[in-house]
Amino acid sequence: MTIDMTQFHGVFFEESFEGLEIMESELLELVLNDPDIEAINKIFRAAHSIKGGSGSFGFTDVTNFTHVLETLLDEVRAGKHKLIQDEVNLLLTSVDCLRDMLSASRDGNDIDKENVQSIQNDLERVLGNDSPNETSSEKDNKENGNSNENVQTVSDWGIDFLPHINLFQTGNDPLRMFRELEEFGELTAEVNISKLPHFDEYDVEESYLSWSLLLKTDASEDKIKEVFEWVEDDCDLTIGIIKKQETIEVENESDKSPEAGVATGERRKSEDRRKATDRRGTASSESTSIRVNTDKIDALINMVGELVITQSMLSQFSEDFDVGNIDKLCDGLKQLERNTRELQENVMQIRMLPISFSFNRFPRLVHDLSSKLNKKIELKLTGEATELDKTVMEKIGDPMVHLVRNSIDHGIEMPEERLAAGKPETGVLHLNAYHEGGNIVIDIEDDGAGLNKERILQKAKERGLVKEDEVLSDDKINELVFRAGFSTAEQVSDVSGRGVGMDVVRRNIHDLGGVVEIKSEEGKGSTFTIRLPLTLAILDGQLIRVGNHTYIIPLVSIIESLQTSRDHTKSIAGDAELYRLRDEYIPVVRLHSVFNIQCDSKKLDDGLLVVVEAEGHKVGLFVDDLLAQQQVVIKSLETNFQKVEGVSGATILGDGTVAMILDVSSLIRLSREQSYYEKSPVLNIQAA
Amino acid sequence: MATILTVDDSASMRQMVNFTLKGAGYDVIEAIDGVDALNKAKGSNPDAVLTDVNMPNMDGITLIQELRKLPSYRHTPMLMLTTESSGDMKSKGKSAGATGWLVKPFNPDQLLATIKKVIA
Repeated sequence: MTIDMTQFHGVFFEESFEGLEIMESELLELVLNDPDIEAINKIFRAAHSIKGGSGSFGFTDVTNFTHVLETLLDEVRAGKHKLIQDEVNLLLTSVDCLRDMLSASRDGNDIDKENVQSIQNDLERVLGNDSPNETSSEKDNKENGNSNENVQTVSDWGIDFLPHINLFQTGNDPLRMFRELEEFGELTAEVNISKLPHFDEYDVEESYLSWSLLLKTDASEDKIKEVFEWVEDDCDLTIGIIKKQETIEVENESDKSPEAGVATGERRKSEDRRKATDRRGTASSESTSIRVNTDKIDALINMVGELVITQSMLSQFSEDFDVGNIDKLCDGLKQLERNTRELQENVMQIRMLPISFSFNRFPRLVHDLSSKLNKKIELKLTGEATELDKTVMEKIGDPMVHLVRNSIDHGIEMPEERLAAGKPETGVLHLNAYHEGGNIVIDIEDDGAGLNKERILQKAKERGLVKEDEVLSDDKINELVFRAGFSTAEQVSDVSGRGVGMDVVRRNIHDLGGVVEIKSEEGKGSTFTIRLPLTLAILDGQLIRVGNHTYIIPLVSIIESLQTSRDHTKSIAGDAELYRLRDEYIPVVRLHSVFNIQCDSKKLDDGLLVVVEAEGHKVGLFVDDLLAQQQVVIKSLETNFQKVEGVSGATILGDGTVAMILDVSSLIRLSREQSYYEKSPVLNIQAA
Repeated sequence: MATILTVDDSASMRQMVNFTLKGAGYDVIEAIDGVDALNKAKGSNPDAVLTDVNMPNMDGITLIQELRKLPSYRHTPMLMLTTESSGDMKSKGKSAGATGWLVKPFNPDQLLATIKKVIA
């Protein structure tokens, strides 16, 4: 039976990477003085599974490496070896090394053998085994050497097999062993029934018989013993040669013609190549796969079932429609609406993963960074089960890492500074995720020094980001750290970079339709709050009308909508208009002129102003009318048509027409390019 | 055709074992650890049990011990899948009531040969 083992590789890699994550997080939490035995067991089990799997699927390098790792872990588990911090670090390095090896195997790349060997040597040193193990190929050779006999002897073997009375209790059966022996050669069996009790005392679950066997075979004693391997302790067994019969010369494999050898070599090479390509194939298909909890699939199937029932109910009405049934029809349609909504929710659920997938990397990051910076930091993770869209999760990873690095580097102080400030020596970094009103919120909170507002303001003035005599609110000052080219760290470190980043962080989060805010109190700490939509595929939108066109504005961007009056509007330098919104002036963007379409009226008094905000800037979008609010499915314009400035995508409305979804930040940028609000001093006017 | 209860916490091993067994015509009941297997065993009557040793929640040796306590499993062949070829693990398994063992890594052919040893 030949089975293509590569089909299991995808799952093997997936579970191995999960196993490595478990190892890493358990290692990081290990208390050396009093290690939790269940934690050690978990680490051991993970290594053990990787070894078992890699062996079965033919990743020998991984097996050999994991073997040494497992041996060490087994000693720790058995209490024979007590780990010290350096060894934990070595184990963490081994985890990294395994991750690299597995990635390389998955992608069909070469393994960095030197690195692997040096870590393996370190592990062996810890094991008290200074001489590195013989490599597996050496072992193979030795084994081959032993079994590669070119002379086989057929002998008569006498086997006395006296099972103990409890033989059947382990599910073994002498008959099956005899059948196995028969495969080796000619077998004759003589049964001894002397121990068979009287019928009254006979217990069917006990074994009373014993056998004398005669086997004529060329098989070795080891082979014969192997048949009885499982019952060794449940029987008395003697095996011996009664008579050597004949000797047969067997042609040795290596004596075959050299051409044959070359051919095999060639074949093997091409097979290897094929395997490598196969692996690459698996890797690329795997990168787009997603693991879904079966409960979610069951819920989905359940929903589809209900949908089918509703559909058949509705189709019945159409067959013989009667006006008297209109109520039932309405009920049916309502049911259909509910089914559709639930189906949509369930389908969305499939893309949802717990944020722990993203949080998992932080224990290691915090461990490594804090030891590098000699800071003491405790990482607290809460809300790890909060689910969010896979794509959002993949894209939020880097901004989160940046914010965490930033908190560790700039936020949390050195232990001595903390003590001097009357704080506990160990700083706390808290990552918290939760759902709030259709959004997922991630808080990154530290109890460090907080933002130094004076220094930020001073720096911003030095860099010309803020005017010398400008007065800014606290929130506005905090906002400054997100401006491009801003860094207040006294020394640029390799931990959180050179001040390129916070602006990138904000842009990345904006690209996901999210926002990031800072709250900070000097001396007490800072909290960065990331607010993200649950999914990128669906958007809560406000439908608006300009002439006979419908557009959609993402609801998250809208601050308010209002009727305008000419009194509150100022025209400056020709085209540009500013609207006085309570104590500030905001630019007015006329959608009809942006998209060059007909509108009902160009007079601001006749239409409405929708105030939207993006990247800290507000503008008023001038529209004819507000329509409904609804969830819309986003269709990409770029893949279906081309990128259009001011539009982030399109959707299909209930009546089948296509509506454009407005890209608020690009509209704001557009409005600034066209006019000169930025340069205009009026923009910063604080109304009296 | 014979039914086999297979127990392994590793999804890839489970896939490989089950694919092999089903390909050879066996019916398979899958379990992900000892506890799961014990629950599934109570509602079924497999002809053999094939279990991994190192598993969370309940390991394979405890599983075999527990299964042997059930009347319908007193004589069912039970095999351990183990990477430890040491005598220690084998004798622990044996005294728990294991019929035999299959040492990892193994290939599908070895697996089927071993199964054939216990299911006549």
